[in-house]
Formats: sequence, structure tokens, C-alpha cells
Amino acid sequence: MQQKPSLEEVREIARRIRRDVLIQTYYAKSGHPGGPLSAADYSAVLWFRHLRMDPQRPDWPERDRYVLSNGHCSALLYSLLARKGMLPLSELLTFRRTGSRLQGHPNRKKVPGIEVSTGSLGQGLPVAHGMALAARQQKLSEVRVFANLGDGELQEGIMWEAIMAAGHYKTENLIAMVDFNDAQIDGRVEDVMGIEPLADKFAAFRWRVLETDGHDYDAIESAFMKAQTPEGKPTVILFRTKMMHGTPSFADDPGWHGNPLNHDQMTVALKELGFDADPDETVERYRQNQA
Amino acid sequence: MSKWEMETIRKGFADALVELGHETEDVVVLDADLAQSTLTKFFAKEFPDRFYDMGIAEQGMAATAAGMALMGRRPFLTSYAMFAAGRAWEIIRQQISYGAADVVVVGAHAGVTTGQDGPTHQCAEDLALMRSLPDMTVLVPCDYWEGYKAIKHVGKNRGAVYFRMGREKFPLVTTKDSPWELGKANRLADGTDGTVIACGMAVHMALEAREILEKEDGRKPRILNMHTIKPLDTRAVLDAARETGCIVTAEEHSVIGGLGSAVAETVVQSDRPVPMRFIGLQDRYLESGPGFEMLQKAGITTESIVESLRELYKKQN
Repeated sequence: MQQKPSLEEVREIARRIRRDVLIQTYYAKSGHPGGPLSAADYSAVLWFRHLRMDPQRPDWPERDRYVLSNGHCSALLYSLLARKGMLPLSELLTFRRTGSRLQGHPNRKKVPGIEVSTGSLGQGLPVAHGMALAARQQKLSEVRVFANLGDGELQEGIMWEAIMAAGHYKTENLIAMVDFNDAQIDGRVEDVMGIEPLADKFAAFRWRVLETDGHDYDAIESAFMKAQTPEGKPTVILFRTKMMHGTPSFADDPGWHGNPLNHDQMTVALKELGFDADPDETVERYRQNQA
Repeated sequence: MSKWEMETIRKGFADALVELGHETEDVVVLDADLAQSTLTKFFAKEFPDRFYDMGIAEQGMAATAAGMALMGRRPFLTSYAMFAAGRAWEIIRQQISYGAADVVVVGAHAGVTTGQDGPTHQCAEDLALMRSLPDMTVLVPCDYWEGYKAIKHVGKNRGAVYFRMGREKFPLVTTKDSPWELGKANRLADGTDGTVIACGMAVHMALEAREILEKEDGRKPRILNMHTIKPLDTRAVLDAARETGCIVTAEEHSVIGGLGSAVAETVVQSDRPVPMRFIGLQDRYLESGPGFEMLQKAGITTESIVESLRELYKKQN
């Protein structure tokens, strides 16, 4: 196991993750930057401080499982794998290209470390629940299953089948995280198809509900600490976030759900993230695995 | 029908499942509030910690089963074919076929013999739905013993599987000792006067049709029991085309997308295509009524097979 980085160190990792996501979607001229940027902070805290994994042994049977249920945030997953040393940074430039392992939506057969093929919304959570039930039945008591959900994704009926089932089976090794950025393709979640009061809904389905600011590192850390204390029921953490967080010129605008930045926008975003290099130079650095 | 001994395939499925439960720790079973009908109740009673009732929620069940498979378990999920293969199709496509999760999907109460529940539950589309998925094995046993053998086989192997079974008692066409090899057609009768390629409930009809044709017309068609729809035994199909001149397919399924289509896809792409006829449900819905009356109504009968072959014989002359 690697030494656990401090929250400050994780914050720096998240800054790089944001750039990874933007560069993948910018260079591919395709993909979804908005969600990955809202989920970057808590995802980095999870992956670098809590998720039990061994980058050298992605198939270690007793690892925690991470399921990206909102598979369109694939650029985030590829970045997390790269920052764990499980993908070369240069490979991020192949995102969404013919012949690449980095499919538009994650394919578990292509890259070790991807647990589930997701992209069709709503399915990652029930798959994660199946993993958690199996782990319990197999007496793999250390194994937790973490599922990242989009908020819009909670409009899928199958989600509620899984939420009902996990409550029924008291699947306490299942921990869901909702990237609650209140943005989906057609606009605000609340306008398209409201999901509030979400905390009450999960509670009514017999879940433990934690709710926190998804960009406040101390709050994130504390939520993960609580979530990992078993309480006889599944846990959901509602992370209140902002789409494209970290790049103020683009933040909290649902328009960035599925649109990459162009060259000029990329120049602005890189500056806002605190990076000096321009987009072309940044691409070159990724090509050299120096980013 | 009277000369046949009868038993449900469900019973063969349930018996094999319980044996598998004893033989391997890997097997787990998920049902959607139909354990009494699918007969997974026997497994549930024997292995309560490996049985999951997921409630009336087939889509969630399919995804949950996939998750268990990704943890190394060998899940069987059961519901009526309409809801297992139908309602949960897209989840099966994404998580079990594309997502490569080794789940056995069991479609119970398949075909038109589901009868009195009516067209909402009569499923004549499942083979088309499942056959179109890459890497999906599709099995249609014809009786208790084939069901039993198929389940024993797939329970000890990996890969995504669709297993179809009907509600009614089916004629026992095979015995405990009959060969069953995945992907290999069983030739139940030799002959060169055309071939009947049948699966499921239609297999015994094919045998009866042969008796009639032999007695009344002096003709001996070849009979193939195609218990594996995918991967299809194309060698047996092409041999039948070349050696017997014409083919009739018979199945308790729509004529669109099932066994008939699979055979035709092989035959028409061969160098010497032969005339064919499809026995099955002709692109329509039926109604409520006893299962065997629904077969009559759909024209899935011994007589239809006889008439189709006679029609093809005439064209050959």
C-alpha cells in the first residue's frame, strides 16, 4: 500500500485531474467535462485516501470496488487510473479515438481497473449492489463497493429498484455517492425532472444519508470516515457540487455537461486552474508523460 | 400427444439447479417473485444464503446478477421469458453481453403455451432478442432431460447464456442417456426427403410428422433437434440442405428472428440454398386460452409440418 497523501496533497491531485479531464475532451473534441469537474474533489479524496486497492494488482480479490455509474464521466475515471499509475498520461490523448482503450464510456474489458462497463444510465448502482451482496455472501468482509451516481441519473427507474433492494437487504458494504451538481443535458435537474427531496427519498428507502459540500475537503473527508463505519444499512453521500468547478468562467453551467472546451476556452480554463502552459504545450507535455 | 410421457422442463431445471448447488459454491440464484412458478423455490429452500428474491423488478435483478458474476459467482436469474429477456433486454445487453458478466438468464413460461395468461405473457420474441447479442449462448431444450443436462453444463462453465423453458409439461423426447452437447444438433431420425429442424415443444411434432409422412407418402425426412440456437450447428444445417434438398423449421416462437431465421441465415449464404418453410407464430398476437389450443391457433402443429414438407416435395418434382 502507498503512503496516504494529505488532504492538501489530494487537492493538488484533484487540480491535475481537472486538467486531465479537460485535455482529454479538448483533444478528442468530444466527451463530457462538466460532471468530472464537479466530482473531482471527492473522487480524489476517495481514491487517494480511502479506496483499498493495489495499482500493481488491479485484480486483487479483496480490493474495494469502484463503479462509475454515470459512465459518461469516463474522462474522470481514466484520469484517476492515470494518477494511480495504472494508465500512462500520454494515453489520455487517445480518449474516444478509434483503436483506443479509452472508450467514450468505460469498458471493463479494455483497461484493468475498470470494474464495470457503464454508460447506459442507472445500471452501475444495481451492478454495484450485486457486487456488494456477493462480497457479503463470499465472506469478503473487508470489501466495500463505492458507486458514483449522477443526480440526473436518479431519474432512471432501475435506480430505485436498486435503492429499494439495497435497503431491503441492508447491504451495508455499499456506499453510493451522488454528484449533486443540479445539471443535466436539458438544464437544471430540478427543472427537467425534479429529484428532491433526495435525502428524504433515500432515507425512506432505508438508507443512511450523509450530505455535504462536495468541494470542501474537510467535509468530504469527514463524510467518507462516517460512511465507512457500518451501520446495518447502505450509505449514500449527497455531495453538493458545481458542474465545471475549478474553472470559474465555466462553472455551474449545464451547457458543459457534454461539450468540450475549444482552444480559446481551454487557454482560459488552464489559467484558472493555475497552470501556465497553453493548450498546445499542455498536450505536448501529456504526450511526454510530463503532466 | 397421448403416446408421450410428459414432464415440465422447469422440473429438469430445478432438479439440476439443486444438484449444482451441492456441487459448486459459485452458483447463486435470483428470482423476481416467481420462485413458485420458475421452481427456483427448491434451490431457495436448500440454499437460502445463495438465493435472492429481488421482488418484481427484473431490470434491477439483471444488473444485480451481473454484479455477482463480476465477483466470480455463477448467477442464474429467472423470471418469465417476457420479462427476463424482454423487459430486462437492455440491461442484459449492456451488463451481461457487452459487459461480459457470466450470467445465465432463464426465461420461463416462454412461447405461446403460456396460454391462458394471454399475449401479455406469451413470449414469442425472446430468441430474436437474445440471439442478436454478441457472445450470448441461446439454448432451447425440448424436454425435461435436455433442460436438466443444459443447466448442469452451463452451471459448471462460464459465459453469458439464455436458457428458455415453457410452462407446460412437454413430451419426453429424449432420455437420461441421450447425448447432449452444446452447439451440436441431435439427429433424431435419418433421411434424405427434406429436413425438419425443430426446437423445444416442436421437436416431438417433427417426429410425429415424420411418422405420418413415412406411412402415408413413403417419405423419410431427416429430423434435427436444434437445442442450441446459438452458436448454431451450421455444419448440420448445411449438410441437411445439401443432402436432403429442402428444410422446414419449427419452433414455438415468432417466425421473425428465431430458429427459422438462424437456419435461413446459414442456408441462404451457402453456395446452394434450398427452399425453406417456417413453422412458428406468424407475426401476430394470440389470445387467452389453454396452451395446446394456442399452438393450434398459431399453426405450430404436426399437421403444419407435414403440409409444409408436402408442399416442398411438390416443388421438387
